[in-house]
Amino acid sequence: MINIFDMMGPVMVGPSSSHTAGAARIGNMGRTLLGEEVARADIGLHGSFAETGFGHGTDRALLAGLLGMKPDDLRIPNAYEEANRAGMAYSFRTVELRDAHPNTALLELTGKSGKKLTLQASSIGGGAIVVNKIDGIDVNFTGDFNTLIVRNQDESGSVAAITSILSQVHINVANMSVNRHCRGGDALMVIETDQHIKPRQVEFLSELPGILSVTYYDKEDDEDGAGFDEGNL
Amino acid sequence: MALDSMKEIFERSARENIPFWEIVLQYDMEERQVSRQASMAKMLSTWQAIQDAADSYTGTQRSVSGLVGGDGLKMRLYARRGESIGGEFMDEVIVQAISMAESNACMRRIVAAPTAGSCGVVPAVLLPLCEREHYTQHELLEALYVASGIGAVIAYRASISGAAGGCQAEIGTASAMAAGALVSLRGGTNEQIGHAVAMALKNLMGLVCDPVAGLVEVPCVKRNVIGAVNAISAADMALAGIESRIPVDEVIDAMGEVGRRMPVEFRETALGGLAATPTGKAVKERMPHGAQ
Repeated sequence: MINIFDMMGPVMVGPSSSHTAGAARIGNMGRTLLGEEVARADIGLHGSFAETGFGHGTDRALLAGLLGMKPDDLRIPNAYEEANRAGMAYSFRTVELRDAHPNTALLELTGKSGKKLTLQASSIGGGAIVVNKIDGIDVNFTGDFNTLIVRNQDESGSVAAITSILSQVHINVANMSVNRHCRGGDALMVIETDQHIKPRQVEFLSELPGILSVTYYDKEDDEDGAGFDEGNL
Repeated sequence: MALDSMKEIFERSARENIPFWEIVLQYDMEERQVSRQASMAKMLSTWQAIQDAADSYTGTQRSVSGLVGGDGLKMRLYARRGESIGGEFMDEVIVQAISMAESNACMRRIVAAPTAGSCGVVPAVLLPLCEREHYTQHELLEALYVASGIGAVIAYRASISGAAGGCQAEIGTASAMAAGALVSLRGGTNEQIGHAVAMALKNLMGLVCDPVAGLVEVPCVKRNVIGAVNAISAADMALAGIESRIPVDEVIDAMGEVGRRMPVEFRETALGGLAATPTGKAVKERMPHGAQ
């Protein structure tokens, strides 16, 4: 469905919704899924991101996102300085990814504690993004929902354990997928939910047997309109 | 109710006696599951972001390629001399269209409407009209909802992306949104809004997307000017009672068809049109590859 604030919006730093705003969202998604400050980011640019990315500020937008900035952050043009100040190391290279959307970035991230994450995501137009791979495992989600990423041992019962707990706390699953490299290895569950999930609930899920790790992306929330009075306009 | 056709919006508006803008507001409340206040507060802050961008333009910034920047200031200084052909109001429209589009190219904060490349069109007609004539903020928000609803119908039936439908889908849609917003501000009827949208789209139909070096700079910045000026003429024609002989939904569908059949060279690939001129290619050669 069409969001009218994609027609009058988004509010963003230019010049391109796909190459700049979408790139900032991809960086931000990487930072969120890593779950901690980024110490080092090795960034691969594919297709049009490699071709015209530097002219569109795609490089700066990705760095800005990795520093936790949103697409409307006025510091995006100065992202190199901001990265240096934050002590985030970075590198850029051109990559050729198989069957990838023209606007795709491959982020290889190392966190301050040494935690690692590899994320492949595409900017598919108007600032919207799709995450394609996490640590080499195919996934498919957009960040339009609250999203739980659960890494589990590929055994029976893990999916049921997670979903039954979500239902007990009245969290409705909007979309869900289970993805794995090979039978019996690690698997990734991607669960998109209508409701927000609290940090202690995320922590609880991560302590279940057979669950290796849980990361959580909290959807950007809209203003609630508190204090707005139509009569005053 | 989905925003699938202008005809359905107009029919519902007449049947239930609710204005166009209110139908778009209700759609947003339903679609995003937000309150009336939350939707209107977001529209107001969107408008404030447009005003902030316009107010903070200095004309000193340049784009990454160096091709864009400073022309909004040049136009402003020319306007001050009072020698322009188009007169004061048209001067201000051109100043705002260029300034906003340059701001986008120079990595300043703008509001995509509907896209970043066409972000100057809607502000370029609304800012000067609000300066010259006094409208309440409520009337302004109504116009912005009308513009958004028009954009949604076009996005549904055709496209708003240069890669999918050429510049007619970006600047053309922005121009149609702006034309509808102007008619709404002036208190025109739904039918007049529809004719303004149809005429604005018709007069830019076929426009190709041919950005030099693939950047949102040349010819994008100046095409925001034609989008704005075209919107004003379409709105004035509609308010004069001039009608589009082809109904608005059919015009939107035709624009979509032209876009789908447009060669890929003219859809943002920078392989045709101005991008493929000797000068356009030379600019591409000069562009940096690799990080700073």
